[in-house]
Amino acid sequence: MNRMIAQQSRIQSLFKNRDSDKKIMSLFITAGYPDLESTVDLVLGFEKNGAEIIEIGMPFSDPLADGPTIQYSNNVAIENGITMNKIFEMVSEIRKQSEIPIILMGYINPVLRYGAEAFCKKAEESGVDGLIIPDAPIEESSIISDHAKKHKLDLIFLVAPNSTDSRMKQVDEHSSGFVYCVSVTGVTGARSGEEVAKSVERFISRVNQHVTKNPKLVGFGIKSHEDAEIIAKEVDGFIVGSALIDSIKKDYPNKDWKQNVFSFVKQLKYGNI
Amino acid sequence: MKYTAPTKQGYFGKYGGKFVPEILIPVLEELEIAYEEVQNDPIFQKEYHDLLREYVGRPTKLTYANRLTDYYGRGKIYFKREDLCHTGAHKINNAIGQLLLAQKMGKTRIIAETGAGQHGVATATACAKFGFDCVIYMGAEDMERQKLNVDRMRLLGAEVRSVESGSQTLKDATNEAIRDWVTNVENTFYIIGSVVGPHPYPMMTRNFHRVIGEETKDQLKDFEGRLPDYLIACVGGGSNAIGFFYPFIEDEDVKMIGIEAAGLGAETNQTAATLTIGTPGVLHGSMSYLLHNDEGQIQLAHSISAGLDYPGIGPEHSYLHDTKRVHYFGITDKQAMNAVKLISEKEGIIPAIETAHAMAYLETLMPLTQKDEIVVVNCSGRGDKDMKTISEWFSK
Repeated sequence: MNRMIAQQSRIQSLFKNRDSDKKIMSLFITAGYPDLESTVDLVLGFEKNGAEIIEIGMPFSDPLADGPTIQYSNNVAIENGITMNKIFEMVSEIRKQSEIPIILMGYINPVLRYGAEAFCKKAEESGVDGLIIPDAPIEESSIISDHAKKHKLDLIFLVAPNSTDSRMKQVDEHSSGFVYCVSVTGVTGARSGEEVAKSVERFISRVNQHVTKNPKLVGFGIKSHEDAEIIAKEVDGFIVGSALIDSIKKDYPNKDWKQNVFSFVKQLKYGNI
Repeated sequence: MKYTAPTKQGYFGKYGGKFVPEILIPVLEELEIAYEEVQNDPIFQKEYHDLLREYVGRPTKLTYANRLTDYYGRGKIYFKREDLCHTGAHKINNAIGQLLLAQKMGKTRIIAETGAGQHGVATATACAKFGFDCVIYMGAEDMERQKLNVDRMRLLGAEVRSVESGSQTLKDATNEAIRDWVTNVENTFYIIGSVVGPHPYPMMTRNFHRVIGEETKDQLKDFEGRLPDYLIACVGGGSNAIGFFYPFIEDEDVKMIGIEAAGLGAETNQTAATLTIGTPGVLHGSMSYLLHNDEGQIQLAHSISAGLDYPGIGPEHSYLHDTKRVHYFGITDKQAMNAVKLISEKEGIIPAIETAHAMAYLETLMPLTQKDEIVVVNCSGRGDKDMKTISEWFSK
């Protein structure tokens, strides 16, 4: 359906050109966390150390699908004075120096407050490639989908372990770019690898059966390269968010905090080398 | 005019919907199907109404407020006595209904959020009666100002979890309950305490409370042989108001007034007057009026009443506001507290501070009424739980 767009998006060409034995690593960082100045540097550093997609979190005061880590980073970013326009400025700044696919991820209310149409227009102008709005499932996505399409933004929907087979098909049909597979029923946050691995196998095999149009990334609960290898084994790649924020939180604002985060990113991608 | 809201998709005009993470989609679908079944199931309905009669104590009385009527010297004032419900407020109508549904769906664990603690107490009570595990999320600030209700819930066997995030009130308790829900979808039923949340909750909760308005209609017909001229109810999320109003929506001559908590005043930022100063947005799963800033960040509400201290409102109220079927006004902390005193002294009823907001509006309305007009106020809850706040206020 979305193949109407003649030119492939950055996200689509990334997956098309993917080396089939390599996993795509997508990293999530809350815009304005741990401070407003670092977001651009962090993103560029993530790319240098192995990230292939960046998800920039748009902070919200009431992130009801997030665990304590991302609640915390949202609060800090809001206290730091993050705004939607500042997020667009950050993306523009990154775009001057990088072609990495950038996705904005966040709750629907700040988007609607900005104006769905104005938001999508500005996102395109800044160089955003896609959107993930977890509290606008396909039932409610018409509130933004036409604007997103018009402004060439991939709209990425999620599937969860309790999604039915037919729901997975529907989500695949509505998504473009990729489908986000939520590995566990729960909020975001790092978990023990075993806890996730236990249930994920059956889920992913259902996903692979029913999500056939789009590439698939798996997220929620991944905190190490080893976790990623197990959990993302049968999909195109993986997403890390909370574990990355935890790693920033641990060191910030010590002198080497950024270097330490980048080492962690490298480890996530390549394991201990 | 025929009133049919919500639509199949859960919309009241442009308000409502299902703005929830994917994990909750199958859960809500399962709930919709189960609810539709029980709505038409005479066995379920009988069990529900038997419990309302024998356990909750329904029908609640409609009391003529004769001294208050004399005091204003205009129209006649009646109180619909939801304060006489078991546990002291209307909330139990819904808690019992949803718990029966949870039981039918085979869920074994109940969670709920609470502000003033009345919904928490009602849920804990129903769980005790039916033998369910029960976890109540409550803002740390609310636990402080409604300590009596915390003790009641614990005595009833519920686990009360203190929520320390954000404003530490109802909004944050709701966030935390939703997080629990997405984590424990398999065995857990979330009993939402107001007409908020994703579809089908606003509709379902309304329907479990419509008994308030239905009884009022019958009782007033017995007393006066006619419909009321005015209905007044307080609105936080808006469950007592919608249950009271809903059976009268198609009676176009009945004027309906919803009272929001204006806190220190709707013109200050210390307020919970969502419809008066808010704009549409999405919080806790549905589109409705909200208090939020230019960036779409939810603002902290303020009200002396924990039950009204919420920056959102049920989507059906947003719709009734836009269509002007119901008119909404704000009452400040001070006006409400004056009403607590007045109603206690004139009628021998100590109202909950939430309820007192509705009663405070009589000061404005009554001088405009005629002698032969009838005003019914929903006395949604009793004030025992508020004695600490009330004593402190009047000793200031």
